[in-house]
Amino acid sequence: MKNIRETTFKSLTYVSALFTIIFLFGIIGSLFLEGLPLIKLVTFKTFILNPSWHPTSYPADFGILSLIAGSLIVTMGALILAIPLGIGSAIYISEIAGNKTREIIKPIIELLAGIPSVVYGLFGMAFLSPFLIRVFGIPTGLNAFSASIILGIMVVPIISSMSEDALSTVPRQLREASLALGATRWETIMRVVLPAAKSGVIGSVVLGFGRAIGETMVVIMVAGGAAQIPTSIFQPVRPMTAAVAAEMGETVFGSPHFHALYAIAIVLFIITFATNLITEVVFFRKGDLK
Amino acid sequence: MKKTISLLLLVLLSGCAPHTERIDIAGSTTVLPIVQAEAEEYMNAHPAAAISVRGGGSQVGITSIINGTIDIGIASRPVTSVEKTLAAEKGVKLIQATIAHDAVSVVVHKNNPVNNLSLAQLQSIFAGKLTNWMQVGGPDMAIAVISRDVSSGSFEVFSDVVLDSVRVVNSAMRLPSNNAVVSAISYTPGAIGYVGLGYLNSYLKALSIDDSMPSVSSVQDASYPLARPLFMITLASCSPATREFIDFVLSASGQQIVARQGYVPREEMQQ
Repeated sequence: MKNIRETTFKSLTYVSALFTIIFLFGIIGSLFLEGLPLIKLVTFKTFILNPSWHPTSYPADFGILSLIAGSLIVTMGALILAIPLGIGSAIYISEIAGNKTREIIKPIIELLAGIPSVVYGLFGMAFLSPFLIRVFGIPTGLNAFSASIILGIMVVPIISSMSEDALSTVPRQLREASLALGATRWETIMRVVLPAAKSGVIGSVVLGFGRAIGETMVVIMVAGGAAQIPTSIFQPVRPMTAAVAAEMGETVFGSPHFHALYAIAIVLFIITFATNLITEVVFFRKGDLK
Repeated sequence: MKKTISLLLLVLLSGCAPHTERIDIAGSTTVLPIVQAEAEEYMNAHPAAAISVRGGGSQVGITSIINGTIDIGIASRPVTSVEKTLAAEKGVKLIQATIAHDAVSVVVHKNNPVNNLSLAQLQSIFAGKLTNWMQVGGPDMAIAVISRDVSSGSFEVFSDVVLDSVRVVNSAMRLPSNNAVVSAISYTPGAIGYVGLGYLNSYLKALSIDDSMPSVSSVQDASYPLARPLFMITLASCSPATREFIDFVLSASGQQIVARQGYVPREEMQQ
């Protein structure tokens, strides 16, 4: 009897694990099935390196360099804001704050993660964008800079809560040993605790990167949507996700534009896949050996 | 207990009784406010009707009706010959009804002193050749060009009449809806964009184009260069409920709603 239950349970979990893999490969398969036919019309090199995205003009241009540039500048901007804020608040919560403060701050930061992205987008459109026009006197408030700020705020809770988890799993003996050797609290945190939690902290940054580059609603609403390679962070950009989401609904099935949007999705997929793979191989392996 | 369950079942079953008339509508965000108001009025009079209205852009409306995923497509441009061929390939016949008229109004921030642009100036601005309001008689202020996403019917009409095969400059913002354009222009001093007549409000200033202001009368006498008809598109084989709703929109009371939404009713176009 017990044996049967054991096997049932084992096979149930096995099947659930199998399903995740099936879904993953199903998604990858459909992406490539719909995206690859574009190769017949545009070479891979032109697709990636041509900055001109005019999918419905005649003749149409399917170059996504400006879309890639839009995604990268917005994501980098978000991380520049979110990494210091996220790791900083993680250190404060895990190492410095008293129990009471921690119990108040932690849920508040996690609440930030629960706000729907469309609400962030509205905030960016209605408040941040007019504010930036007034402060900087720039021609438009819907640009890479405002999108970076909003995305940065969205990524902070991810980096913060994951880093905080990593920091709090560092054994207490390490801290005590460091302090006993005469290191200050600052030195202990920077030289002992942070390096020990390195893999978790880097993991949180990678997750934040994935969140920022994949975020769609906010960039549709706040980034301005201009398919250009920006020469300043105050210019509007059109990240890849915004192009796919804004244009997919209205394209004819099986048209070159339709395949091009799928091809953009492939590029997005490869970027996030590569980032995850690199972290997995480079950082986590090392972290485990220590 | 059993009684409660059977009661519950009864309620559930009657909820999906067969006489509910579902009508799915999608397409142009320019036509959206008209159809939403029409649908509300119609559902008040016909409790059995369940009408859902979505945006998405004119091309979404026409593509979806060809693909058979909705009952009525709404569009701010006529069905193109390419789309007619596509429909023929799928073996469906489209019916197109003009339900109202609209002007694509060129709008700027309410404090912008410029009042009039020629079609040629408008083209140069959207092509990126004119980049400062000084060049068209305004203050020294960079022009922030706001266009619409490629799916927008307003964009297509605008690009047909104004751009005439010239491409919109890459640095132009492309926003997803009329409302997004309105809100962006309302707080951007140097902005220029275009919206449907029904979206004009006190935060924006409409420009006259070649000395013709967008208005009901300039659309009616065809003096405004960016006027265009608005359409409902359905299949020749549509359901009676769908046909009845379209007839309502075209009726006198339906056309009153068109006027109330700030668009030009179709009867008043006599040409």
